[in-house]
Amino acid sequence: MKILVGISKSPDTTSKIAFTDGNSKFDENGVQYIVNPYDEWYALVRALELKETIGGTVTIITVGAAADEAVIRKALAIGADEAVRVDADPKDAYYTAAQIADYAKSNGFDLILTGKETIQYNGSQVGGMIAEALDMPFVSLATKLDVDGTTLKLEKEYLGGIQSVEVTLPAVVSCAKGMAEQRIPNMRGIMAARTKPLTVIPAVQVEDLTSFTGYTTPPAKSSVKLIDPNNMDELVALLHNEAKVI
Amino acid sequence: MRTDLYTHPDYYNVDDLLTDEQKLVREAARAWVKKEVSPIIDEHYEKATFPKHLIKGLGEIGAFGPYIPEQYGGPGLDQISYGLIMQELERCDSGLRSTASVQSSLVMYPIWKYGSEEQRMKYLPKLATGEFMGCFGLTEPDHGSNPGGMITNFKDAGDHVILNGAKMWISNAPFADIAVVWAKNEEGRIHGLIVERGMEGFTTPETHGKLSLRASATGELVFDNVKVPKENILPGRSGLGAPLSCLDSARFGIAWGALGAAMDCYDQALRYSKERVQFGVPIGAFQLTQKKLAEMITEITKAQLLLLRLGQLRDAGKATSAQISMAKRNSCEIALNIAREARQIHGGMGITSEYSIMRHMANLESVVTYEGTHDIHLLITGMDVTGFSAFTREMPELK
Ligand SMILES: Cc1cc2nc3c(=O)[nH]c(=O)nc-3n(C[C@H](O)[C@H](O)[C@H](O)COP(=O)(O)OP(=O)(O)OC[C@H]3O[C@@H](n4cnc5c(N)ncnc54)[C@H](O)[C@@H]3O)c2cc1C
Repeated sequence: MKILVGISKSPDTTSKIAFTDGNSKFDENGVQYIVNPYDEWYALVRALELKETIGGTVTIITVGAAADEAVIRKALAIGADEAVRVDADPKDAYYTAAQIADYAKSNGFDLILTGKETIQYNGSQVGGMIAEALDMPFVSLATKLDVDGTTLKLEKEYLGGIQSVEVTLPAVVSCAKGMAEQRIPNMRGIMAARTKPLTVIPAVQVEDLTSFTGYTTPPAKSSVKLIDPNNMDELVALLHNEAKVI
Repeated sequence: MRTDLYTHPDYYNVDDLLTDEQKLVREAARAWVKKEVSPIIDEHYEKATFPKHLIKGLGEIGAFGPYIPEQYGGPGLDQISYGLIMQELERCDSGLRSTASVQSSLVMYPIWKYGSEEQRMKYLPKLATGEFMGCFGLTEPDHGSNPGGMITNFKDAGDHVILNGAKMWISNAPFADIAVVWAKNEEGRIHGLIVERGMEGFTTPETHGKLSLRASATGELVFDNVKVPKENILPGRSGLGAPLSCLDSARFGIAWGALGAAMDCYDQALRYSKERVQFGVPIGAFQLTQKKLAEMITEITKAQLLLLRLGQLRDAGKATSAQISMAKRNSCEIALNIAREARQIHGGMGITSEYSIMRHMANLESVVTYEGTHDIHLLITGMDVTGFSAFTREMPELK
């Protein structure tokens, strides 16, 4: 089974979030990047588990600059066999998806996995767009994934229960919490990653569909009002008139 | 202990000077520590037991002989990576780091540097995975700061030697499979011998009642006419310089490690000072708290830069013993001061095992003592800059 896993970077959760260029661009100064947790903990690890049980290869693909090779090496250290970096600074989900789809088209994968979203932009779009470009079925936010011959058996959570889904391979799946358990790279893996192949390929031309006009940060936390538990009327009035939530 | 939220402070963006692999090694060690060690360390500390089940994991993250070449089963990392692993371990507990330091620098290092090829192949790969654990016997009951005065000795007996004597304060001794023991031959010259558990006349009684480094096992090594085959003698080097060069390697790791303990204390103190409210404001808003935090981060930043430079020198084979000695003393001293200040910031909470500060503080009393006390390191620096040795003096006349 040939599996392709999309690996993206995202800022470490302790990073200070700030913007430049008149609040239109994310300020990367001093930001430490990690492998996007959904890509690493669920998509990549489940791909490795499949490889370990039914055989095959796991290729990871990143659309990014040379500086992103740190996250690529980590994914290789966790166990991917080889890596591809599309040399570009991705602008939006469509751009990223188009690059991955173009590479996948000429390399014949049985299964393409992505994380359910990146933890900075939370777009959740890349997987669906790849599937569309390759004319494959797409299942989003899967929490369980098993392969039975050429059938992919999936589960996804919905409010109050679980939905079971089956699709025929090849397919694209975006992976959510619960699909696998985080793996910590061990020293053997880190050593092996030194010599695993990392191929850099040029980006293909993609139509520019979006322009970002600005970012605003959420309002600073205001102080808390404490209300006496016996004073329900005041609480209801405040929630209605001031917070305007009821 | 509460949820482990540790992140290291990096006020001068020192991380920019690390390679991707060095950062990955640190990240892996940290993730492992948070998952496997932080939740259980307090219990082991309280019960004074060594968490033996962690040995395999320590091997997997590369904590045993990080710089040992791949041909001998090690990961072949650079010295800065070695330092970073020790730092991640000690920021959780000095005892855990002590076990890794001893295995790496006091057992694997001498076998790698001074062992025969057979000894290397026999021991190093198993020591790297933790299948074999080792200890290092230098200190004796009457010879601590002055190991050259040791009385443990061996006599030639044909194809083997007969070893007699006793070592004290030996980390890992109670469970070690092998001991690298330093003893004098009949001419009074110091040699290293690999003594294996099970050799007749060799026992390792545990030392109890330690109020520091409680999650690390310490014991004695007692040799009562132990027959040691001659092929177990390290052939590559003899004299006091041999064990001292091992101490260089271990002290380098300790210097990084103790700073880890300091950073853990600072990290908690900074967080607590923003959360704890007194007189209507977070205590971090008081000038006196800020003074403590500002001094801590300044000392931490200075030490980070010093260690990074020392790592570069060591990787280039240029670090002197005296340079390593300065770093070891500095890290221990600032870590102890930072632990005390961090405990103050935590008020009463600081004395509980909810926070790791008090444990660090008690552990650091061992760390500032072993591998050369604070004062012995002052004498090393003093001698290095003046050219005068102040280690010995005539017995003063009693009046
Ligand atoms: C938890 C723990 C683990 C250890 N693990 C090991 C191990 O694995 N292997 C091993 O071989 N050893 C180990 N040691 C021993 C350690 O290295 C010694 O304790 C240390 O070298 C100090 O020796 P000492 O305790 O005999 O103190 P002493 O040498 O008796 O020192 C007592 C005091 O006198 C001072 N002093 C001594 N000489 C001078 C001088 N010339 N000038 C001024 N002041 C001086 C010292 O600074 C100190 O303050 C361990 C110790 C501890 C506490």
